[in-house]
Amino acid sequence: MSGFDIVFLFFAVITIGSAALVVFSKKITHAAFALMFSLFGVAGLYVFLSADFLAAVQIIIYIGGILVLLLFGVLLTVKISSITITTQSTQRIWGAIAGTGLFILVLTIIIRADWFIPEKDPGDIYFTQSRQIGERLMTEYLLPFEIASVLLLAALIGAMFMIRSEDK
Amino acid sequence: MLQKEIQREYYNKFVELVVEIAKWLGMYNSLPAIWWFIIASIVAALFFFFIIAVFALIAIYVERKVSGHVQDRLGPMETGWHGILQTLADTIKLFLKEDIIPAAVDRKLFILAPVIVFMTSLAVFVVFPFSEKFVVTELNIGILYVVAISTVVVPGIIMAGWSSNNKWSLFGAMRSAAQIVSYEIPVGLSIVCAVMAAGDLSMQGIVVKQAGGFWNWFIFSNPFTFVAFFIYFLASLAEVNRMPFDIPEAESELVAGYMTEYSGIRWAFFFLAEYGNMLAVSIIAVTLFLGGWQAPFPALEFIPGWLWFLCKTLFLVFVQIWMRWTLPRLRVDQLMYICWKVLTPFAFVCIFGGGLWQVLIK
Repeated sequence: MSGFDIVFLFFAVITIGSAALVVFSKKITHAAFALMFSLFGVAGLYVFLSADFLAAVQIIIYIGGILVLLLFGVLLTVKISSITITTQSTQRIWGAIAGTGLFILVLTIIIRADWFIPEKDPGDIYFTQSRQIGERLMTEYLLPFEIASVLLLAALIGAMFMIRSEDK
Repeated sequence: MLQKEIQREYYNKFVELVVEIAKWLGMYNSLPAIWWFIIASIVAALFFFFIIAVFALIAIYVERKVSGHVQDRLGPMETGWHGILQTLADTIKLFLKEDIIPAAVDRKLFILAPVIVFMTSLAVFVVFPFSEKFVVTELNIGILYVVAISTVVVPGIIMAGWSSNNKWSLFGAMRSAAQIVSYEIPVGLSIVCAVMAAGDLSMQGIVVKQAGGFWNWFIFSNPFTFVAFFIYFLASLAEVNRMPFDIPEAESELVAGYMTEYSGIRWAFFFLAEYGNMLAVSIIAVTLFLGGWQAPFPALEFIPGWLWFLCKTLFLVFVQIWMRWTLPRLRVDQLMYICWKVLTPFAFVCIFGGGLWQVLIK
């Protein structure tokens, strides 16, 4: 086994191990913090796939954004320490149907989709994607990009409107 | 391209150095070659740990001396000449202290939290260009990597506050997390201004584009980047919880914030992370806006780049210390007011204006 494999295995174990902890942990805070390691491991796997831009964005959005939101939600919940989560399995049949359905859906998308594979820059040691991603966002995918940005702007203004002080 | 040559040359140089030492010790053939890359990474981590530790040792002494003189007193005077051995004595004391883990804490998270907080402050150092020769990894998404890694500190701080099982810790952690998350926005936006001026995300690439005298530094690139520098500097002070934004650990209100229950070596890690972050934000400001290792005048280029880099960085660190002892602490609502109603709108104006300037004037 080469050193490369060992580093890959390290990230794979982090991702799957902490994902299992998220599902099976009885304390909700432990589950929330285990999610951080799982998301971090996924970012590590992206690096192995030469998707460095995606890896950085994964950390910014999932750990810096969604996980922090989730942690705030957990911390602001009343009587959080007295709750024990049940981790037994119920609704096995429906669960199996939903799980398999989702798996098939994702698999179909992976196989069918017309993936954009960036051109490798000759003489460079790994793919440099950020420039190509940026160029595509500004040409081919300009409309979805703009729609997403307007949606986020609306969400931002909406959030500010909701939290503004009423006494003015 | 210059940047790619730099990348290959310097990353390999670091690995080569480790390989040379291994060959010299007669150990090279005992392990496959890829292992030496892993060992080189570990050596790099230890190297930056050493840099942060030495910096903290000096910065704490300077901070105490500057604070003393600002308040018209002398600061530490007893241990060594003008108290120069004071922080060394304090460090030895910290290492010898009993490792206390309070009975009611969430043990696993309590032990993990300082590790995560310190690791995030250590991990950003690998992409910083210390001179034209010395960068550990020249990532082509360098500044994005820095922004990404520094967001991981928020869960670490919440982990520390929650696991301590103490209301001061939890309040401190919540305030700290809210502050860091809010101030990430002006920090990110002002970084975008510099990135737009450079047209590059790589840290070394950004420095290379500021060559040829101080008028080429991005702070003087256009009026909007000039404003963006000050937005970045103010917002980064808040991100590393320095005065006047040190509300998370306001001693008079919250004992010591999220670190209240920590002592000894674990507390030392939080403290090292704080000083590491102080150094890191100064380095980012120098790299993005003040020309990194470039000399202010082309005539002064005979002075090595790392010396310029060191001078600029330490000057910004000194400004941070200076501000800490000059300005009073803000209230929480004033803090949020400055972030959302002053810095963020101005940062948006800077991006818009900087973009127009790039398109119309250059």
